Amino acid sequence: MLSWVTECETPEDTEGLGPLGYLTECKIRIGDAAEAGFDWLQANGSAVFDWISDFLDLMIEAILTLLQEPPNTGWIRDVGRGEEVYLYPPDLHSILIIAILTGIAWWLHRGWKVPALVAVGFLFIVNQGYWEETTESLTLVLSACVVCMGLGVPIGIAAAHRPRLYAGMRPVLDLMQTLPTFVYLIPAIVFFGIGMVPGLIATVIFVLPAPIRLTHLGISSTPQSLIEAGQAFGATPRQLLWKVELPYALPQIMTGLNQTIMLSLSMVVIAALVGADGLGVPVVRALNRVDTGLGFESGFIIVVVAIILDRLLRVRTK
Amino acid sequence: MTAVRFNEVCIMFGPHPAPALAMADEGQSRAEIQSETGHVLGVHDCSLEVAEGEILVLMGLSGSGKSTLLRAVNGLNPVARGSVEVSADGRMVNVTEAKGAALRRLRQNTVAMVFQQFGLLPWRTVRENVGLGLELAGLSASARAAAVDRQLSLVGLSDWAERKVGELSGGMQQRVGLARAFATDAPILLMDEPFSALDPLIRTKLQDELLDLQRDLKRTIIFVSHDLDEAFKIGNRIAIMEGGRIVQVGTPREIFSAPASDYVAEFVANMNPLGVLTARDVMEAGPGEGPRVGAETPVRDLMDRLAAGETALIVEDAGTPIGRVTSESVVARLCD
Repeated sequence: MLSWVTECETPEDTEGLGPLGYLTECKIRIGDAAEAGFDWLQANGSAVFDWISDFLDLMIEAILTLLQEPPNTGWIRDVGRGEEVYLYPPDLHSILIIAILTGIAWWLHRGWKVPALVAVGFLFIVNQGYWEETTESLTLVLSACVVCMGLGVPIGIAAAHRPRLYAGMRPVLDLMQTLPTFVYLIPAIVFFGIGMVPGLIATVIFVLPAPIRLTHLGISSTPQSLIEAGQAFGATPRQLLWKVELPYALPQIMTGLNQTIMLSLSMVVIAALVGADGLGVPVVRALNRVDTGLGFESGFIIVVVAIILDRLLRVRTK
Repeated sequence: MTAVRFNEVCIMFGPHPAPALAMADEGQSRAEIQSETGHVLGVHDCSLEVAEGEILVLMGLSGSGKSTLLRAVNGLNPVARGSVEVSADGRMVNVTEAKGAALRRLRQNTVAMVFQQFGLLPWRTVRENVGLGLELAGLSASARAAAVDRQLSLVGLSDWAERKVGELSGGMQQRVGLARAFATDAPILLMDEPFSALDPLIRTKLQDELLDLQRDLKRTIIFVSHDLDEAFKIGNRIAIMEGGRIVQVGTPREIFSAPASDYVAEFVANMNPLGVLTARDVMEAGPGEGPRVGAETPVRDLMDRLAAGETALIVEDAGTPIGRVTSESVVARLCD
């Protein structure tokens, strides 16, 4: 029984060991326990992991296709199966995407500064020859946003309404944020193989606590007087959430979105280690080859993307 | 017709009120109950009837339980023992036992509330705030528009409808709060120190506006105040509370002329008597010659006429002279 918990070496010379000797004699088997846990999960949960993997793969493919290829109109024009006929030459697609993003920037900010920054920044990336990597990284960031906000906001709301749930969650959130990323890359590879999906999983584990915490903060800081005003006029719990708590927490939730994007972007290099495509790949290659020029070039592109996304989403809330 | 009835209402804050209620029944004070059981006595054995169309003021120092009692009427505070009934659709409904949808229906249609700190949603416009109660009741935007416009013109905020409430001054914000409460057409209005957060001039103005509105709207209003001048001005009747218990209920005149305890007497001593006194209170016995005035004429009017040169005014009740008012009789009553 005890051998499950501890791993004891045969005592050779207990007399000369002193008090520390007794402490090191039997080691508590944390690493073995974790491994056994992951083995069990792999043996019994593979169907679940496959399902998650397929779903995430589908989402990543969809976003990537949207960013990289013009609409395929082959099925309308009735050409041979598998043949792709694009609506316009694929070369123009990057320009169109940049124009759309610039348009979004104008729609969000109603000024010329941010759209100009977006356009110049992306054209600079095209100039440096990193457009394809950038779309791959944007895909990772967007997918991470969808998953993290899709999970984080509901979890944050639930935590705000149930203080004991939040008390139970806090150590888990702390663990997710402080456990070195490389440590959970290993099981991520075991469960999800190599590629974009394990990169996305690692990103989500690292980033998810941010939107949960910020949503929790926003919802739970809703003034009691506003809650009571809603109740006094006969609001249902659902109306209270949608008409009072969520509007009040919106600035915090938007901060959570911004944090999600920035933190996901900071994970692109680590995601590249498990085979995710994107701007992390040239950085890792540069590190392996000790190529200062390539490293600085690709690192600078990541900074440009970060600045663009940050300015784009920093919408002033009135 | 009774609009709101409090039946021996006890409100006790804490998880197990029974032993604390027993202590309260023995007449123990709030401090004794709290040190013994850890429960806070909110209200103890308050019975009260509020008639339809009446303004009843719950009056007391902070901590006397007046807001606590008010908040039992729409179920914001749970009642530990006793019950609160409100008149809805021609019958008395027990709020204390109403749960879920039934309670929400009461809050949407029967009882509306105005808050001390306004309780407006700052990200919404004035119009959207006024329409909140109707929106929660499930009315569409087009169905709300007419009712909201009517309330906005009633409180004089039509030009401000599209502004965010944060852009408005405190007095205007509380007008929005009033319009929001009026908009649901609820016959019973709860007002929890609605004017206390405003500066004195605005407060007086809003009190006058509320009385003007009430003349047409004839709602049943339960009004919480810690200011006896306000209570005397607004209230048809006043219930004075101390330490979670009602110590006296009566019209302003009854309370002014016959305080039931030292606590009430102290309140009355600190108020401005010019708001309540009438010819009947300041007259002296005896015959005299002069213009006639009604027994209920406010003392302010009498003083104006005396200052304008009259030496004596004859007070009459239903045509019969019952006494006279002179400068000396007024001064004698005020110094009393």
